[in-house]
Amino acid sequence: MSNVLAFCEFADGALRTSALSNLAFARAAAQAHGGDVVILLVGHGAQAASAAAAKFAPKVVVVDDPKLEHYLAETYAPILADQAKANGAAVVTATATAIGKDVMPRVAALLDAGMASDIAKLGDAKNRFVRPILAGNAYSTVEITTPIICVTARQSEFEPAPELGSAGAVTTATAGAIDAKGAEFVKLDAQKSDRPDLGDAKVVVSGGRGMKNGENFKVLEELADLLGAAMGASRAATDAGMVPADWQVGQTGKIVAPNLYFAVAISGAIQHLAGMKGSKTIVAINKNKDEPIFQVADYGIVQEWEKAVPELISEIKKLKSSR
Amino acid sequence: MKILVPVKRVPDPTQKAKIKDGHIDLTGASWIVNTFDEYAVETALRLLENGEANARTAGSEIVVVTIGPEDAAKELRTTLAMGADRAIHVVAKDDELDSLVVVKVLAGIIAAEKPDVVILGKQAVDGDANQVGQMLAGKLGWPQATFAASIEVKGSAYVVGREVDGGVEYKQVPTPAVITVDLRIVASHAVQNGVTPASFAYGGEGARLPSLKGIMAAKKKPMVTAKLADYGAEPVPVIKEVGVTLPPPRAAGQIVADIPTLVKKLAEEAKVI
Repeated sequence: MSNVLAFCEFADGALRTSALSNLAFARAAAQAHGGDVVILLVGHGAQAASAAAAKFAPKVVVVDDPKLEHYLAETYAPILADQAKANGAAVVTATATAIGKDVMPRVAALLDAGMASDIAKLGDAKNRFVRPILAGNAYSTVEITTPIICVTARQSEFEPAPELGSAGAVTTATAGAIDAKGAEFVKLDAQKSDRPDLGDAKVVVSGGRGMKNGENFKVLEELADLLGAAMGASRAATDAGMVPADWQVGQTGKIVAPNLYFAVAISGAIQHLAGMKGSKTIVAINKNKDEPIFQVADYGIVQEWEKAVPELISEIKKLKSSR
Repeated sequence: MKILVPVKRVPDPTQKAKIKDGHIDLTGASWIVNTFDEYAVETALRLLENGEANARTAGSEIVVVTIGPEDAAKELRTTLAMGADRAIHVVAKDDELDSLVVVKVLAGIIAAEKPDVVILGKQAVDGDANQVGQMLAGKLGWPQATFAASIEVKGSAYVVGREVDGGVEYKQVPTPAVITVDLRIVASHAVQNGVTPASFAYGGEGARLPSLKGIMAAKKKPMVTAKLADYGAEPVPVIKEVGVTLPPPRAAGQIVADIPTLVKKLAEEAKVI
């Protein structure tokens, strides 16, 4: 029992970028345990992603069933737990996405496993994990003593795993009894966007309460599109309904760590900083020089966004055309 | 209709984290009800009242539970003052607990209390683990609806709006079920119970504050105390904290005079555009 079962999300016949971060952790954990990474793909259409997944691990297990078309924790968790046992897993892991966070504690309950949530790295022993607590203001090292351990890995803390030299073996497994316990997927109100996912983006442009209304975000979107960036927002802006809730960056929203993060008209509450202070370069634009955002920013501009952002757009355009 | 709301007390998150002997120093800390659990109490109240008439539904009951040290009774009393009806305090030291111990105790309480639904915060803002609701549902074999941003009562079922990556997912769960709540569950129209008129907008930001009348009434509401052993749980956590460190502070940044200088620095110094 030394393998690492990595539950990986997929879309359109390939692994999601978020899953590659999970695999980076899974490889480190497998090395510590002296076992192999086993990728688990669950859902209708999983088979179609298996060839792409096989480039990342020596073994891929596929559980593909039409009854698994929509993700439900109730139907997926028993499959993860069964496959953990069937594949001799010491560690079961997922990325801390909406699905990973929903399903993994339920898997832990089924396996009587201790769980480390949203970890930042493997600790100094194979059953020790380092994870942010108190909104990222401290890092706690936890030790878990159950035979099987469940883990979710924070996407922004792990570089995506590269492909391996040779493709792994693909096997299929049956779902067993699929019992949703009466739960039903009703619908998904998707936020369609051509921009990169907030969790994967190399550049993020976020606006806060000072943007005043949703219409004003258009100028930030123009900046984002110029840089190929994802859009983000502070809780104040999403709570006020200016922009969609899934743009929220913060302790209770998305945790991001892009190369470049623009915080525009954001004061910098602890809640927000917890979601973005891992960014490599932070630019703050705010008219009030005393806002806490300037304490974490690498570059600060003390100006009204109404003046600063249009000028920023035109300067970046100038730079781009000069290259 | 009976709703069970497990709550946790947490150190006030606005206090600066300090380390003592390799762990967070909590001497002299002030404590509050975990914000998400406070929202869970608020959600339970909104499900079981006519918000416009400010009247609780006849025959409804909200039972609050905490598992924690003796002085956690204070935060439990706060939730009674908000409007919960009675409380169960399972007395245990923090280092005797982990999420599996907590889940075992809650499962025991649920077996005795038989609530129609369990509502709790999606995570505690100290440990940020986000585990207990899902683990509890898994142990009980109940359906779960996590990260609820909205709840609509539909007969004996709930349609829960969940904020997921890329949008809002609507999931229907029958009762009994476990629901964990997210921030936006306290928005003006987030809870639709079919009793409060749909047009009625809850005001304020966040959960209701206890009224003076509520605080007086809470003093007389029943609070029973119990031990871990009463629910067959042992004070033997399998998840232990080895140590805590503070992240290094970010290096001081610079205020840049104007936008052209900023763009030059981003391109040449930081090399990010």
